[in-house]
Amino acid sequence: MNTAPVIEIDHLTKFYGTREIVRDLCLTVPAGSIYGFLGRNGMGKTTTIRILLGLEEPTRGRTRVLGEDSTRLNPETRARIGYLPEGHHVYGWMTVRECGKFQASFFPKWNQDVFEAVITHFRLEPKMKAGHLSRGQRAGLCLALTLAPEPELLVLDDPALGLDPVARRSLLQSMLYVTRQPHRTILFSSHLLSDVERVADRIVVLDGGGLRADCTVETFRQRLRHYVLKFRDTPPAAPVLPGLLESFRTDRELLMTLANVTPETEALLAALQPESMEPVEMTLEDAFVSYVGERGEKTFFTHQLNGHK
Amino acid sequence: MPLGFTISPASDVPIFRQIMHQIQRAVAARSVRVGEQLPAVRTLAEALVINPNTVARAYQELIREGLLESRSGRGVFVAERRQVFSEAEQERRLRHLAEQLCHEAALLGTPWGEVSALLEKTWKQLQRTPAATA
Repeated sequence: MNTAPVIEIDHLTKFYGTREIVRDLCLTVPAGSIYGFLGRNGMGKTTTIRILLGLEEPTRGRTRVLGEDSTRLNPETRARIGYLPEGHHVYGWMTVRECGKFQASFFPKWNQDVFEAVITHFRLEPKMKAGHLSRGQRAGLCLALTLAPEPELLVLDDPALGLDPVARRSLLQSMLYVTRQPHRTILFSSHLLSDVERVADRIVVLDGGGLRADCTVETFRQRLRHYVLKFRDTPPAAPVLPGLLESFRTDRELLMTLANVTPETEALLAALQPESMEPVEMTLEDAFVSYVGERGEKTFFTHQLNGHK
Repeated sequence: MPLGFTISPASDVPIFRQIMHQIQRAVAARSVRVGEQLPAVRTLAEALVINPNTVARAYQELIREGLLESRSGRGVFVAERRQVFSEAEQERRLRHLAEQLCHEAALLGTPWGEVSALLEKTWKQLQRTPAATA
């Protein structure tokens, strides 16, 4: 069903001075899915997005969007990409209606119905001054301005930042609405994992500038497992296992979070001869925190998680 | 269809499984009947504000388990009851829940007589609901 990939990132590396922000990143996003772009602050999400859109030059490697090199996007291709930068900036002296007209003049395609639908959804009036809007209303206006040209690719940089729960829900509804049309693709970065779990088809995790996971939400959860091992006496020290992210010892228990558990790993756990041993399901948030937290190994997991269904 | 779905994304139960549980419960309690149609994937996804693939996944799992059936081009329906699980699997599923029930009762100090009476009452309530019709 998929045609050419919408985003292709090929060995992308970016330095700011001597600081490496993105390290040898490879990623392919096919058409028609919602990608959640995750990672802690400062892990290169915004930089990657800006390079994709041709707003910054890569140090090494290259990126292509809708089949064109990011550094040489022509205006027609650019018009097929909707970009919502962090922070929801608006021209405060314009009214909502004027913002729409202004934006429309830059795009060959402009769907006024979509603009008005999103505006109404966020309870905005055309004659409101953009400078007087609340954070959530401003987000709504920016989203309307980004969606009205009916972009094939929508790139949202932390769109939920600073929004109240109602505005966030409206944002998610708008995202799902966009992907009603086949082959529309969304890449959005977020720290709100419950939102990601609601709408994303797949997640991409950046950490230390590099790719650490590219898989479905479900796979991510399944591959990370938390074990509770109960002992009669003081538990032994946690064994060195491949994929061990975290371990924690109490008087009688050994708690371990592991990635990519295999039957062999389970056998090694059983060899510690605990009184009982049970895997516990984790929330997406717990799984993410263990995965990119301070402890934990940093160099496995992407290979097994790469690839599409 | 009288299915008031609710989901909580920050749970340790994946969203698709939360939907599965609610359908299973509704079928067991016969608040939905054999032959009744489930909401379209899109409709339910929009109502819950979740990715449609998540709803589709829940439906697929239940079709695989024999609880639902897909009629081509018309949608997803509650299937005629049939057993797709082996006896061992049935036992495994029930044993897990029985353990939970007994643990809870032990913690609360509820005597066995009350536990078994409660089980019987719940069971009878399920039987009393009007039989499913196609």
